[in-house]
Amino acid sequence: METITSDIAIIGAGGAGLRAAIAIAQADPGLRIALISKVYPMRSHTCAAEGGAAGVIKSDDSLEQHFNDTVGGGDWLCDQDAVDILVQEAPKELLQLEHWGCPWSRETDGSVAVRPFGGMKKQRTWFAADKTGFHILHTLFQTSLQFPSITRYDEFYATELLVDDGCCQGLTAIEMRSGQIRQFRARAVIVAGGGAGRMFPFTTNGAIKTGDGMALAYRAGVPLKDMEFVQYHPTGLPSTGTLLTEACRGEGGVLLNKQGRRFLQDYGMGPETPLGKPVLKTMELGPRDRLSQAFWHEQKKGNMVATEWGDAMLLDMRHLGEKKINERLPLVRDMSISYMGVDPVRDPVPVRPVVHYMMGGIHTDIRAATPLAGLYAAGECACVSINGANRLGSNSLTELLVFGRRAALSAMEYLASGSARGNAQAIDARAESARGQVRALFQRSGGGESIAGLRKAMMHTLEQHAGIYRSGEGLTEACATLATLRRRYANIELHDKTNVYNTDLLQALELGSMLDCAEAVAVSALERRESRGAHQRLDCPERDDARFLKHSLAHYQGEAAPRISYGEVVITKSQPGVRDYSGGHA
Amino acid sequence: MSERRVELDVLRYNPETDRTPHFQRYSVTCREEWVVLDALNHVKETVDPTLAYRWSCHMAVCGSCGMMINGEPKLACKSFLRDYPGVIRVEPLAHFPVERDLVTVIDDFIAKLTRVKPYLIPKEAKPIEAGEYRQTPAQLKRYKQFTLCINCMLCYAACPEYGMIPKFMGPAAISLAHRWNQDSRDGGRAERQEEIAATEGVWECSFTGACSEVCPEHVDPAAALQRVKIKSTIDWYLAHTMPWLNK
Repeated sequence: METITSDIAIIGAGGAGLRAAIAIAQADPGLRIALISKVYPMRSHTCAAEGGAAGVIKSDDSLEQHFNDTVGGGDWLCDQDAVDILVQEAPKELLQLEHWGCPWSRETDGSVAVRPFGGMKKQRTWFAADKTGFHILHTLFQTSLQFPSITRYDEFYATELLVDDGCCQGLTAIEMRSGQIRQFRARAVIVAGGGAGRMFPFTTNGAIKTGDGMALAYRAGVPLKDMEFVQYHPTGLPSTGTLLTEACRGEGGVLLNKQGRRFLQDYGMGPETPLGKPVLKTMELGPRDRLSQAFWHEQKKGNMVATEWGDAMLLDMRHLGEKKINERLPLVRDMSISYMGVDPVRDPVPVRPVVHYMMGGIHTDIRAATPLAGLYAAGECACVSINGANRLGSNSLTELLVFGRRAALSAMEYLASGSARGNAQAIDARAESARGQVRALFQRSGGGESIAGLRKAMMHTLEQHAGIYRSGEGLTEACATLATLRRRYANIELHDKTNVYNTDLLQALELGSMLDCAEAVAVSALERRESRGAHQRLDCPERDDARFLKHSLAHYQGEAAPRISYGEVVITKSQPGVRDYSGGHA
Repeated sequence: MSERRVELDVLRYNPETDRTPHFQRYSVTCREEWVVLDALNHVKETVDPTLAYRWSCHMAVCGSCGMMINGEPKLACKSFLRDYPGVIRVEPLAHFPVERDLVTVIDDFIAKLTRVKPYLIPKEAKPIEAGEYRQTPAQLKRYKQFTLCINCMLCYAACPEYGMIPKFMGPAAISLAHRWNQDSRDGGRAERQEEIAATEGVWECSFTGACSEVCPEHVDPAAALQRVKIKSTIDWYLAHTMPWLNK
């Protein structure tokens, strides 16, 4: 087996992975970096983030306010030491991107412009029209091209982390072009593999968001934290799930039911604000979990508009006018016309909540370190947690920058401390066994289970039982179904047994990742007998701080369901309180 | 909810098993509002799991799903079935080596992109603590359009010059070089010029404008190429008529 040796291997070349790679290359050009991704960097899903990245820059704002918005937005499940770091380092990271040439939108005086976003008390969302993630990704990718110490392995799919003597020493990956397994030796590994929204049938997430990074760490013994918290973005196109950014509402768009009523005022987010004059942290600028939950209730009341893709509410942006829509929301207009046949300049756009983001992920601390020595994680695949039970829009792009860099610095410190161990023989043996696993998948026949069939069943189960509102009964059923699906997964059979760019194999492995993550979601959700943020239980409607102001930790148990334990939430200065998005809040 | 039987002729090629590429006909029931990518996904899920193609975002921003659709370079996620009444012919992007089926090898572009130094070479270095470089909306507008390139490779598939002279830098790489040259914060034009004003740089372009016609993001690479040509010409004249400026 070909072995590629580097100092630090990074899995995933989206925003977090690229930020980490650049940080290492800048700090120590002598370190060899292997940047491994199943897609070319510019295809990474960071490109689909639209609205912006939060960071305090304006004089009327303060770090404390960004902290408070984030912690309250997360229903107090955030680790406050981590949030402190996020808000402190955010402006510096966003400025760093500016110095690398990111085309941030500007004020007339040439300073960086900011826009309002949901759950934020001040305007602090930096943006590049409505393609912020795209510009961040391309700025990072193009910037990374100047560093000779970064060697990219594009279209390599990581299959296993190589662990021996309690520390992570590399990984195995399939080179898609040849179908061959390569061994990557590294003294430290950073996982930046993105989220897992593709576990659900209706999602804003691209096809590549299959939880591979999470599953790699999970199977290597690192717990997945707070997996039950799945964010529904309130405004997706009903036909395709395509995201219409929160900036639609930040710029002044409003949500209507079929009677034309701005119904959010009936769910504790009123009183109604004047049209075209959005008020921060109120009505349409409430947090995503509350908006998606309000939709659910209105739908139950029969107040939603029927479309051929199911019930929808209406996102009305007509009053913004063509000029502003073209300048601030060009992608939104283009996609509404292309995929729904509705021009937001002329008509309200039907939208409905859609799975968007995993608050949970690989258990990391404020250094982006996992409990496994030599293994770090950052971006959506990780859970520090700065997002708690509900992420505020525009905190995730900031998070991948801040913690992507921190993962890099921590990995370098680890290397410098000399604690990285190496046992070549044992690692070789593990790599061989990883190769054997993939080979066994090729050789298996007669199992008869289809990848598409199992994937559909998994998606259906999660949508039905792990959606905006959940119940103990439904989750019990979901856990049973997912356990069965995981057993059946052992009998899938490849139709394509060739080597070059085998997407049948790729989808089989991705399905394996998703099933493991899905079971962690369902079991964590079943065990959390309370309602908090994005996790709402019809049978346990109240938040229960006494029992559940805790992080869920799902531990991989092989074929059996995960074991759930609980970790403490770090609370430094903000005691759990009431989330107030009514017009009267302080 | 209207449905339609759609017939797709897809070019198949697996280097391990096929001596030459061949077309395969798939016939699937699709919804009227679907895009070609949805039809391919439906084929892969229900008819033929061996079909290989790239895709991810389904919103025309990741640039993965470029392919020839009825002979034109298109993003499959933005090509609506309603615009293709007959049999739909799907092939890998022209001018690129085929890795397998609809998957092409784009190493050449990545190498060219790297050569044009597509990153900020600051006109004036300053520490982060000194805050942002000021850039007015008008200054932003001078290059913004050229930042929108999603690297989908449609322009290379459309470019007749790239088809004949593979060494040609091509529309996307030159547009991105131009993007950085036009950025008010950047001072790296001279460094990039070595690559883009070379023989296989901008001068190979015969200005058919095909690149701009197929660009799904309206980047207008042809305009970038022409501006680079004009600027390079000015450079040449300045260098030859006023050589003291080179000092």
